[in-house]
Amino acid sequence: MKKLLFALLLACALPAWSALDPAVVHKLADDDSDQKIAAIQQLAQSVDPVAERLLKALSEDGVYVSGDTVFFSEGDKPVDAVTGKVIATPASNDSISINNRVRGVLDGALAGVKLFDPDAAVRLAAARALQEKVTPELIPLLTRAAKAETDAKVAPVIVQLLAQANLKNPDPVARLVAVQALAESASPNTRSLLLPLTDPATEKDDKVRAAAQTSLRAIDGKLAWGENLGRVFTGLSLGSILLLASLGLAITYGVMGVINMAHGELLMVGAYSAYAVQSLFRHYLPGAIDWYLPAAVPVAFFSAAIVGMVMERTVIRWLYGRPLETLLATWGISLILIQGARTLFGAQNVEVANPSWMSGGIALLPNLVLPWNRIVIIGFALSVLLLVWGLMNKTRLGLFVRAVTQNRPMAGCVGVPTQRIDTLAFGLGAGIAGLGGLALSQIANVGPEMGQGYIVDSFLVVVLGGVGQLAGAVYAALGLGIVAKFLEGWAGAVIAKIIVLAIVIVFIQRRPQGLFALKGRFADS
Amino acid sequence: MKRCIALKAVTLALIAAVGQSASAAEDTIKVGILHSLSGTMAISETALKETALMTIADINAHGGVMGKKLEPVIVDPASNWPLFAEKARQLITKDKVAVVFGCWTSVSRKSVLPVFKELNSLLFYPVQYEGEELEKNVFYTGAAPNQQAIPAVEYLMSKDGGEAKRFVLLGTDYVYPRTTNKILRAFLKSKGIADADIMEEYTPFGHSDYQTIIAKIKDFSAQGKKTAVISTINGDSNVPFYKELGNAGLKATEVPVVAFSVGEEELRGVDTKPLVGELAAWNYFMSLKNPQNDAFTKMYKEWAVKNKLPNAETAVTNDPMEATYVGIHMWKQAVEKAKSTDTDKVIAAMSGQTFKAPSGFTLEMDPKNHHLHKPVFIGEVKGNGQFNVVWKTKGPVKAQPWSPFIAGNDKKKDEVVASK
Repeated sequence: MKKLLFALLLACALPAWSALDPAVVHKLADDDSDQKIAAIQQLAQSVDPVAERLLKALSEDGVYVSGDTVFFSEGDKPVDAVTGKVIATPASNDSISINNRVRGVLDGALAGVKLFDPDAAVRLAAARALQEKVTPELIPLLTRAAKAETDAKVAPVIVQLLAQANLKNPDPVARLVAVQALAESASPNTRSLLLPLTDPATEKDDKVRAAAQTSLRAIDGKLAWGENLGRVFTGLSLGSILLLASLGLAITYGVMGVINMAHGELLMVGAYSAYAVQSLFRHYLPGAIDWYLPAAVPVAFFSAAIVGMVMERTVIRWLYGRPLETLLATWGISLILIQGARTLFGAQNVEVANPSWMSGGIALLPNLVLPWNRIVIIGFALSVLLLVWGLMNKTRLGLFVRAVTQNRPMAGCVGVPTQRIDTLAFGLGAGIAGLGGLALSQIANVGPEMGQGYIVDSFLVVVLGGVGQLAGAVYAALGLGIVAKFLEGWAGAVIAKIIVLAIVIVFIQRRPQGLFALKGRFADS
Repeated sequence: MKRCIALKAVTLALIAAVGQSASAAEDTIKVGILHSLSGTMAISETALKETALMTIADINAHGGVMGKKLEPVIVDPASNWPLFAEKARQLITKDKVAVVFGCWTSVSRKSVLPVFKELNSLLFYPVQYEGEELEKNVFYTGAAPNQQAIPAVEYLMSKDGGEAKRFVLLGTDYVYPRTTNKILRAFLKSKGIADADIMEEYTPFGHSDYQTIIAKIKDFSAQGKKTAVISTINGDSNVPFYKELGNAGLKATEVPVVAFSVGEEELRGVDTKPLVGELAAWNYFMSLKNPQNDAFTKMYKEWAVKNKLPNAETAVTNDPMEATYVGIHMWKQAVEKAKSTDTDKVIAAMSGQTFKAPSGFTLEMDPKNHHLHKPVFIGEVKGNGQFNVVWKTKGPVKAQPWSPFIAGNDKKKDEVVASK
């Protein structure tokens, strides 16, 4: 409030100097995009702080026209665009709409203003944002910024920007300098800017053409790095998703031998838990909405585990040793769960939003952006894997589970409560599936039928890895992920899917026991 | 035991049906609603069923048709294409409906066509499609390619659209995207775009991992020419596609994506803030401001709340819903003009029917080709999931079901030929 008063005072004290040109402001409301762009460019040159506020409001769809007044909203208060003073709410308002072309110019103008921000980080971000939007008109502004820049990180970016802007300079010497400076860049955008300069039709100067060729080769080398790293990363990401989807099955089917057709629906239970927790947070803790995901981890685990244990107690328990009946019964359960989700949450997909810390990505190289949600999921897959490995190999429960699955009568003889262990082990597998579903909710659709899409992939991973082996599932998931992604880049998604399935069929024919086979006397029981 | 119960249920249903039709035959007209209420297409088609019911209730509240109330008969073909034909036959022969409003995917429409031809009944189809069809028994109230796809590409090539010179044609792998892209490729060639500047990519139904595709698009766009993506991705694959697009930092100001199957309903499940500026082409947007649309959206929101639809507080309207609404009203007008619900009389009366639609224009049913004359709008996604119209045609455009960009179509007649 104080700030506002101060601004008001300032506005009153310097009335003639601080008002924007009304003619320019009114051009913003013109229907013609050319007029709008001209107005934005004029406003961007203005030193008046109102201009920046106005442009910012325009980029957020917050500038309106009412009769002859152009105003923008700032914290729910209407502010006159010419004077920058708060005014009474006008009777009518028509929002000024902008299209992509205008928005591009506007983003550039805003970034240009930010080049003079006192904070070096803001300047760096602004300079990066400008990389895609450099036009020759920006040269005076960039020259000014380059002179004023003292930060060692920001300065080279601005030099590059200036070089980009100079690419269309009529003076061949200036072009040559610009082209040579751009060899340092590693951005695909620079590449497309340099391409026309290698063409004799558009570039008459031989020296500039040769320099452009050299710069292009330097950039291409850096770009190839980014592309290959990107491919490996997408493969890892797909692999981690496959792993999360199939780890639960590796326990229920791999270790316990239950053909669980409802596995996909356990994933769905986990995903819907994420949705439920998100809704609760939205309702009761809107301030902490970004942290709903960690809170959903135990919820997803236990709700899926409970569903799994109920399944085991009521149905699967009576069908041990009868795989065909188990298959049919669990398939029936899956249909019940799907219909249950439809009744509870509706047939439509529900929205599970990425928390803000999982949105966007980290730009490792200019052409390699690693999305946060994928990075988090890879980390999550690793920690779930560690958890399962620890549970199975380091705890009493894990010891009992292994004992019961390897030799049930003997385990019973030495006092292991085999039936309870069955229930707990199945619950554990189901809970892990719930965690997988939680992770899936961040990248895929959450709907009643979401599990159906993962059941085939999950069985594929477990069978390929070798039934009974957790390590096998890990190798199979990562292998399948990376192979699928490289094939996809080369042959397209549809063909890649066919090739992967064909490879798996051939592999299973040659090696029915999978990548890793159980050895010893329990191998074929 | 199970069979016993099933038998009883069927008998009961039969008794109920017979009782109903006996008492209701005199003062009601039955109309069929053939939309998937379960399975993969339920996401889109459920809203159309609701729109149809709402429109029928509204017509009944205003005196019905020729003094008779409309009685909706709802069946669920469950996203199962052959079941569409079975259910259509049941509606026409058993329930004796006067007209059917239904179908979404082109494959379901192709499946019911022979039934409507054989029994000489009427189908109103409310969704944009690939064209290449003209049937006496069908009225198409959605867009043909020249009322959606072609204007959208022309916009991308215009100054305000960014003067795109390279195009990625991205779609789900089935008949509609393949045919549309065939037409678009021919169109782009006629505009002087070389084959090397067109990339065509398809993904299976339900595909959810768009990392590779986005990387490919990025690579394709870094070749020195302004690039645009034309998306015919259908169904819920759109959600992961747009999520990935936002996370990968591919902004609409650099590489715009224009979609033909993404509307307000599909964007309900997506955070649209990173997607501001992505485009869609339709014949109607919920954000249009005119009295007809205000009334239409208000009516639907009230209907959603009254009938406790899931997420009623965020209910949205979209283009196929508007087309359903227009179709039912036009049929009503045609019946009143023909003073009969007889198929042939209604078909004759349909030609030249007009209706003041929520799009703000008076739409006309073409006298010859059974398609609506529709206006075309291009909208940009806003942060709240609505669309901001950035381009529109001056008035309604006549449909060309036989696209001139497919070889051999110039010989086909742009009118329904009475088949005997």
